[in-house]
Amino acid sequence: MEAFEKIPASAGIFFYQNPIFVINQIQTKVNFKKSIGTAGNSGGKTRSDCQVTIEPTDSGGIVIDLISKVKVLYGTDIIRQIHEILDFYQIINARVSVADSGALSWVIAARIEAAVRDLFDVKESWLLPLHANVIRPTSMDKRRFSRLYLPGNSPSLMINAYLHKPDGLILDLEDSVAPEKKPEARVLVRNALRSLDFGNTERMVRINQLPAGLEDLDWLIPHGVNLVLLPKCEQASQVEAVKARIDEIQNQNNLSGNVWIMPIIESAKGVANAVQIAAASKTVVALAIGLEDFTADLGVRRTQEGGESSYARSALVIAAKAAGIQAIDSVFSDVEDMEGLRDNVQRSRAMGFDGMGCIHPRQIPVIHENFAPDAEEIEKAGKIVIAFKEAQAKGLGVVSLGSKMIDPPVVKRAQKTIDLAIELSLIEKNWYENLSI
Amino acid sequence: MTKKYDKLVTNALGRIVPEVINGQVAVPFMGIGKYKPAGHRYGPAISSCADYPADGNKLVASLRDALELCGLKDGMTISTHHHFRDGDLIANQIFDIAHDMGVKNLVWAPSASFPCHEYLIKYLEDGTINRIEGSMNGPLGKFTSRGKMAGLAVLRSHGGRYQAIQDGELKVDITVIGATCCDPFGNANGLNGTSASGGLGFALADSQYAGKVVVVTDNLIEFPCVPWQIQGNYVDYTVLVDKVGIPEKIVSGTTQITKSPDRLLLAEMTARFCEVTGIIREGFSFQAGAGGTALAVGDFFYKIMKEKGIKARFARGGSNLYLVKMLEEGYVDFILDGQTFDLDGVRSMAMNPNHLMTTPFTSYNYHGKGNFSGMVDVAILGATEIDVNFNGNVVTHSDGYLLHGIGGWQNCLFSKTVIIPIPLFRDRIPVIVDEVTTLCGPGELIDVIVTERGICINPLRTDLLEKVQGSGLPVVTINQLKEEAERICGKPEKPKFLNEIVAAIKWVDGTVIDSVWKLSE
Repeated sequence: MEAFEKIPASAGIFFYQNPIFVINQIQTKVNFKKSIGTAGNSGGKTRSDCQVTIEPTDSGGIVIDLISKVKVLYGTDIIRQIHEILDFYQIINARVSVADSGALSWVIAARIEAAVRDLFDVKESWLLPLHANVIRPTSMDKRRFSRLYLPGNSPSLMINAYLHKPDGLILDLEDSVAPEKKPEARVLVRNALRSLDFGNTERMVRINQLPAGLEDLDWLIPHGVNLVLLPKCEQASQVEAVKARIDEIQNQNNLSGNVWIMPIIESAKGVANAVQIAAASKTVVALAIGLEDFTADLGVRRTQEGGESSYARSALVIAAKAAGIQAIDSVFSDVEDMEGLRDNVQRSRAMGFDGMGCIHPRQIPVIHENFAPDAEEIEKAGKIVIAFKEAQAKGLGVVSLGSKMIDPPVVKRAQKTIDLAIELSLIEKNWYENLSI
Repeated sequence: MTKKYDKLVTNALGRIVPEVINGQVAVPFMGIGKYKPAGHRYGPAISSCADYPADGNKLVASLRDALELCGLKDGMTISTHHHFRDGDLIANQIFDIAHDMGVKNLVWAPSASFPCHEYLIKYLEDGTINRIEGSMNGPLGKFTSRGKMAGLAVLRSHGGRYQAIQDGELKVDITVIGATCCDPFGNANGLNGTSASGGLGFALADSQYAGKVVVVTDNLIEFPCVPWQIQGNYVDYTVLVDKVGIPEKIVSGTTQITKSPDRLLLAEMTARFCEVTGIIREGFSFQAGAGGTALAVGDFFYKIMKEKGIKARFARGGSNLYLVKMLEEGYVDFILDGQTFDLDGVRSMAMNPNHLMTTPFTSYNYHGKGNFSGMVDVAILGATEIDVNFNGNVVTHSDGYLLHGIGGWQNCLFSKTVIIPIPLFRDRIPVIVDEVTTLCGPGELIDVIVTERGICINPLRTDLLEKVQGSGLPVVTINQLKEEAERICGKPEKPKFLNEIVAAIKWVDGTVIDSVWKLSE
């Protein structure tokens, strides 16, 4: 394979003239893992995806069999794309079939590349240009009320996800991807990071459990990911390993900027080590809890009221707050039950959580509404901020409201509440002008 | 044999259309409200009650007997209706009988066709049916697009169908009306019986103007059948059969509120737009369409009305559970119902005096002395494509295939505000395009396009543009939307049409607004 990669691109012309020679070369130098490489999904209710199979042949060039619901509109473009990518991987003779249900070009590219990788090991990636919106760092303490899980191998769910305005979008490489689909999901997630519009949402990826998760990082870090979720985290060393690998990849690619880490605690051991995990790296921005696995680890049933996990959730909140980071609650899995979700969010917030995961876009507004400060809180915060401003204007060192003294941390928190209320359009930017206190 | 079409000209919208269709002179589209034909309405032959049984019993033994008594012969125009939607069992039987009788070259004039009518392709192929004038859905559309229909297909809106029957452009020789309840005299409705489907409004014109009128039912009751949505005084023969329709297929898939989060987002944005612009106000009126998104818009309207404590004067359109709920809870005073979509709608129409059956005559007809469509404050409609000039397509897809009928779409464009909530692209197919594949509705009647990636307002509607300022709604231009669609999907190629017309699209006044072109296999 190595010799193969050193052949200059112009040598492609030579290959076309000597296909049989090339095939011999491939067969001797390249170890095919199988006779047909496959990637992607088709059939049934599949939408916005395609299935690609590549079968190397001895001669005859590239023969393409394209079945596509958009053949009239994009058939030429799809065929051009197939040739371009196979050319890049110097595949000269192959039967290629594509069953397409309206996949966007970055999805098609991912599927072709993954089918090539299914055939033999290649190092080079076929990269599309970065979307204009990609390089946008996020801050450590940005709002993270909601983060929407998207299965990492289902493009149709990714395309419009940002429109539902979650605070973060998680492309999931872990539990929502079948084991045999993991390799192709990596390629798809990488292309999604580069090409998908995330709007103003934070770009998150849940990697696989370590050690596989460390390899996932190669596919993410150079492509504009903001935050990596580390599942089933049980000890600080796992966070350190992720951080070290991120640094290594950043150095190799001359990249800077923070890639945040959000460990997910999903076991008794993880809860027991939460304090160390939270403090394992300066790039840990939040601790999240995953209750499905946690309750399984405890050998108990997960209930709506959550009595079985109340200690774990409290412990996680305390560990997070002690480290000065956010605490994020588990997902609420009944997507039909909006009342139940609302109660759950309110309980969560009361415990000190700063946000929670979600698995359906319709959950987002309920989560946002109930994590947002209510009218009473905003009013109280407003009074404190105004009292602080007045005290400053008068040159007073001590802030007081009525007969009460206000400590600086309280002022800071009040200001944060006000900022959040403005951000959520709950109050106007010039709120204090309209306030009658 | 008559030429399918002749004398191609360019109409007022720059589309190439024939001036002769199936041997009949046709007028190219001239502009909205420009065409006003002179003369008198078409009328069927005078009938005398002396020719009909004095005891009012017009029952004959079978549908075949009725068709034979009607004088079914080569070249006739036979009409049916879509009250049973995909559960219709009548149309296919009629052409089985015609085929059996060796009759050829019939014209089928349905008020709409459904996938169940794919069965008729064999009769289109063997010459029993020459062409369809009405709508071509799914497989029939594909058949038409491939140029396999002997005559030129003609597509009309619900209102256009009434217009064409009234001015004699479409002369129905025999109409067969399926009814879920009927008496021997021919008084009929769709409200009672196991296949109850609601109003029979689409059959009104046919009952009044067809040469012969047959009512087929599986639920024959003693005189009088009330309410008589179809009056027995127009009816020649009545027939009792085992089954007129398949009840579970009468309620079709488009009558459920969508669960798709993306479509709900569109519906929510649409409702919000109507709230911000003051369209939703005390005493307003709206048209609720059949699609899942349109139904969801109605439900968001309901939430807003409930919150604000206001009610609508009337709601137009297909009735269903959601609309009935609004009527029963007092959020709308009246449902003016052209088409009943579910059993709650049927029940309500039967029981509630404020739930009224409307017909294409009351709602849409161009030859009426006015109609209801212009009185509606807002109509929420769909489209397969919208172009940068706001022109809309509802009959063909971007790949060129004819797949849908016009329905009441063209007629509803006359509402005070027309809003079209549509995704910017479907899978990889852009919906906002340079130029529509088939122009079914002129852009000057289409006011607002709501997509998940932005709302655009027709520049002609300066009033709406003003009202959305500062609302926080994501307002963009139509060109921005088109460019965004192309950025995401890529610039699409155009379908390669052959130089032959396979169908004519009629405007509400009977003029030809566009042509559908043939595709190769």
